[in-house]
Amino acid sequence: MTTLTTSNPNDNYLNHTRGILSWLFTVDHKRIGIMYLVCVLLAFLLGGIFAMMLRFQLLTPEGTFMTQDQYNQAFTVHGAIMVFLVIIPAVPAALGNFVLPIMLGAKDVAFPKLNLFSWYLWIFGLVFFLIALGTGGIDTGWTFYTPYSIDKASSMGGVIPALIGAFILGFSSIFTGMNFIVTIHRLRPKGMTWFKMPLFLWGTYATAIIQVLATPVVGITLLLLIVERAVGIGIFDPAMGGDPVLYQHFFWFYSHPAVYIMILPAMGIISELISVHSHRHIFGYKFIAYSSIAIAMFGFLVWGHHMFTAGQSQLMNIIFSLITFSVSIPSAVKVFNWLATLYKGSISLNTPMLYALSFIFIFTIGGLTGLYCATLATDIHLHDSYFIVAHFHYVMMGSALIGFLGGIHHWWPKMTGKMYNENWGRFSAILVFVGFNVTFFSQFMMGSKGMPRRYATYDMLPNAELFQVYHIWSTVGSVVLAIGFVICALYLIQSVFSGKKAPANPWGGRSLEWQCSSPPPWDNFAEQPEVGDCYDYSVLEWNEEEQGYDWKKDAVHPGE
Amino acid sequence: MSNNDSTHHDDQIGHIVPIKFLVLICAILLFMTAVTVWVSRYDFTEINIAEMGIIMALFVATVKATIVGLYFMHLRWDRPFIGFVFVGSILFVVLFIALALTDTMEYQPEIIKGDTPKVTEAMDKLTH
Repeated sequence: MTTLTTSNPNDNYLNHTRGILSWLFTVDHKRIGIMYLVCVLLAFLLGGIFAMMLRFQLLTPEGTFMTQDQYNQAFTVHGAIMVFLVIIPAVPAALGNFVLPIMLGAKDVAFPKLNLFSWYLWIFGLVFFLIALGTGGIDTGWTFYTPYSIDKASSMGGVIPALIGAFILGFSSIFTGMNFIVTIHRLRPKGMTWFKMPLFLWGTYATAIIQVLATPVVGITLLLLIVERAVGIGIFDPAMGGDPVLYQHFFWFYSHPAVYIMILPAMGIISELISVHSHRHIFGYKFIAYSSIAIAMFGFLVWGHHMFTAGQSQLMNIIFSLITFSVSIPSAVKVFNWLATLYKGSISLNTPMLYALSFIFIFTIGGLTGLYCATLATDIHLHDSYFIVAHFHYVMMGSALIGFLGGIHHWWPKMTGKMYNENWGRFSAILVFVGFNVTFFSQFMMGSKGMPRRYATYDMLPNAELFQVYHIWSTVGSVVLAIGFVICALYLIQSVFSGKKAPANPWGGRSLEWQCSSPPPWDNFAEQPEVGDCYDYSVLEWNEEEQGYDWKKDAVHPGE
Repeated sequence: MSNNDSTHHDDQIGHIVPIKFLVLICAILLFMTAVTVWVSRYDFTEINIAEMGIIMALFVATVKATIVGLYFMHLRWDRPFIGFVFVGSILFVVLFIALALTDTMEYQPEIIKGDTPKVTEAMDKLTH
């Protein structure tokens, strides 16, 4: 591969400086990305433990080992950790930080110190969540709905620390979004016009817009809630003439676009994976790029569909129902273009591609079941049932998180300079796919039959025996899923210590990150790389000696 | 949108506004604050327009915010794209408030009034 490195070929961002302080005070986007990755994965482990607790509690209708209060706490902490600490920062802050500047051929993001500050804010946010657990816990659900969250007599004492934690995490997200917007606007290399950018950058850009525009709203909402709970100002408290439905408007104005903060960058990853691993030019580049912006824009106009049964007026229910359907158009545009890219491609069924195919399958189910939820008549039946739980897990976990996993596997050789065991990778990806679908498809079934969400026990329900069968299936699926994740963690860790050395371009990618060595030099590129068509793979060929892709001898390099 | 020609602007410095001009803007803002205070003391019920006080206060606040945006934040001299982003974000706020308040107004007739002591007390205060 024509690899652009610094004068010392062994010098890379991992060994350029040494010691823990060189990491804690680094302003290198790659190291910050790795620090985010480690922290996000640890938070994922914590959130996952709570998820397993929930699953095992529901194995029997009477509940197995938790009290009602403990169960409320477990699902609240699971949701809050997974949303605020894992899925929202996972792709943009972890993978985005590592990949985005290199994809642009830049040496770093526009504001490196702000980037490090964002990571510290994430840590502070985590600390406040831990304080919340230690000061009485939280049992309000991750949405902190009023009036429950402002009622000191019934909700637990950790509400205010948790709100402060979410508030701080919001700032971390805003700063990351700002950084990425400015970086993409100002640091694109010569020749990389908007429509020559890799689609991952379009996904990240659309995400950054949402982060900057929507997150301040949830910031002020959480602040109002803190003041409401602490001193009782009467904005959301119905006992003082306040309006709890208004809180839901405030909350979902951010939190629905937040779903797109989670999934848009994951969609960007999938666009890269599908094209690179089927060795075929992406189909409908401009449509995919524009659909990212369209999803970001539409995403702002549909928050009311979370409130169809919460007392929202009929007029607004109809308006939000109609607008919600419109989001399916740009989403479907992406899926059809990915499928068209695969058509007649030279598909490598390796681990990243398996995750990409899983994404398409799961996202399609997640998206289509969203239509039932957007339809007013069916939502009345399905709302607050396990159908909703299954739907948002198909979108937020099955899509966003699987996109994230696909991205980790795709860029792992670049990040660590090591190859992971491909057979274990495939096995793990299949386990994750099967485990996920068994876990959550059974929840669609029980939800459509009336199993309510957030119940610690269900022995009082008329269909308890039927629901138990589905809960057992769901728990078995979650165990398979957990085994898949554990295997994944083990072979990735093993690869760091004893994996084969990764070539610069193991998959045959054309975007700029595959033009620097693996792992990248500390300054990414000694000289600014020339930009070509990042989806034209006809100039690359397999190099047996390097076990990676290289330029064809007769290929014309960009800029020549 | 930005492109390669705007990639390297490290040598540029922003538009410089003369201190005298900034002082003038500051004086205008202070004057308008005084107007707000004066309006708050005036009883518009005498001319049968009770809401005039809040309308005037919001109008003055909007003008002040516009002046701050244009001159203190330099939007007056910046690229139109920055102004577009600024106006766009305000439109988002308008959209949010408009839809949320429309909903609030729509369901008001359906609300069953509470009878907790706090509500009764608050309602009594409102009616007297």
